[in-house]
Amino acid sequence: MEIKIQIEKLKISFGNIEVLKGVSINVYKNRITGFMGPAGSGKSTLISAVNRMIDYEENVKIEGKIYIDDIDVINDDIEGVSLRRQIGTVFAVPIPLPRSVYDNIAYGPRLKGITERSKLDIIVEDSLKKAFLWGEMKDRLNISALKLSGGQQQRLCLARSLALKPEIILLDEPCSGLDPISTAKIEDALSGLKNEYTIILVSNNTKQIARISDYSAFFYMGEMIEYGTTEKIFTNPSEKRTEGYLSGKFG
Amino acid sequence: MRVNPRFIDKIVKLGLNAQAFFTVGILIVIVATICFKGFPYINFEFVFSSPEDMGRRGGIFPSIIGTILLVMLSILLATPLGVGTAIYLTEYTKESRFTKIIRFGVESLAGIPSILYGLFGFIFFVIKLKMGWSLLAGVLTTTIMILPTIIRTSEEAIKSVPRNLRLVSYSLSATKWETVTKVVIPSAAPGILTGVMLSIGRAVGETAAVIFTMGSSLRFPASLMDSGRTMAVHFYILAREGISMEKAYATSLILVLSILLVNIIAYYIMNRVISKYS
Repeated sequence: MEIKIQIEKLKISFGNIEVLKGVSINVYKNRITGFMGPAGSGKSTLISAVNRMIDYEENVKIEGKIYIDDIDVINDDIEGVSLRRQIGTVFAVPIPLPRSVYDNIAYGPRLKGITERSKLDIIVEDSLKKAFLWGEMKDRLNISALKLSGGQQQRLCLARSLALKPEIILLDEPCSGLDPISTAKIEDALSGLKNEYTIILVSNNTKQIARISDYSAFFYMGEMIEYGTTEKIFTNPSEKRTEGYLSGKFG
Repeated sequence: MRVNPRFIDKIVKLGLNAQAFFTVGILIVIVATICFKGFPYINFEFVFSSPEDMGRRGGIFPSIIGTILLVMLSILLATPLGVGTAIYLTEYTKESRFTKIIRFGVESLAGIPSILYGLFGFIFFVIKLKMGWSLLAGVLTTTIMILPTIIRTSEEAIKSVPRNLRLVSYSLSATKWETVTKVVIPSAAPGILTGVMLSIGRAVGETAAVIFTMGSSLRFPASLMDSGRTMAVHFYILAREGISMEKAYATSLILVLSILLVNIIAYYIMNRVISKYS
């Protein structure tokens, strides 16, 4: 199976606090990989290193390597801006930009220099369809994105990140504030997307990881405790701590 | 004896109402006085003709033009300069001793009485740089005077834009500058506009700083190097030298109406911006 992201001995600290203590993991192409673990386990920090959004934090020290295809995004001379054209990000809370649904999705493509209305129309429709939002939005493209419900906003954010035509999508607890129906819609959308994209899903919801991810990794206190196929991790974990977390004994 | 809490509530409400009415009342009395005393003398000729006999007769057209030129040019200079400074302070530097010094300087400048700006403008622009009493010296002095207001209000407006919006913009592959121009400034626009409005008000009503730098010539300021007179200065001279109280009130009514007009236009623009970016 083809490896899309290869992380080697990644150490990250904020000031004196070491958040990641040398994590190595391979993320496979066109699969959904779930990162789970209790708060403070370093899983969100890990994905913020992959898209280099961590550059906007202060007092960060990073060691190790993250290869995406053959490029080391930590050490090679790479612009965060061009990196993030290949990596879409969805945050824990839906953050629509204060403008219309259409302009939210067209934001990224316009930055790339696409200004033709006909091309943008296609991108907007395509992205909304992939995020399972087209049906609800096709007649309301010009309303303010702030007027949508939380679940719709989060699918809008997913559609917005797809509009850049990335290869990788990172989702940082995307359903943490959503109701079960909205969560199900996001999960359906993600399952449909994995044929075209490499997806990392960070979630505290182990059931969600079990439902839709192909591979799962368990993080604890800045270390990766166990990694394997979701089936193996959830039915027959090798580590006691993984078992304990999954059965709700701690975390 | 316990006082009925509902009674206290009533007293407080009554008191607050009285304070609000008092404040609005003063405003109404001032505007009404100006209206009653100025309105009878306002006509087409007053607005569109030149003053005669030091302003005893004739109109105020040159000083209307002088006011528009002074205010417009100062705002056009000060807004980009002030907003730029605010962007630099909030987006492009980290909090440091240096930014604290700049901020302290800006705040101190905001508190200086305008006559000191006038004196500075007179010594520096009018005499040292040999500009003479001129529109240019007036514009530069007024610009310096309103700059602190624009910087402070813009900075507050930019700071209040949530950090999350910036992060989303970066995550969608925007550069810092793209994020500032496409997300931060539009979201901060109503706040920035408020600062610009306050500054327009200050520049329109300013006399001390203007009279020392732009002078008080009754002619049209035909070029940047010409002296001229704003409506506020005209009003001041008419009233202070007892030339004509009627014309003074009429001038001040035009002044008030023009500020009202500017406010209406600004709110119209602000609503357009808000409806696009919300």
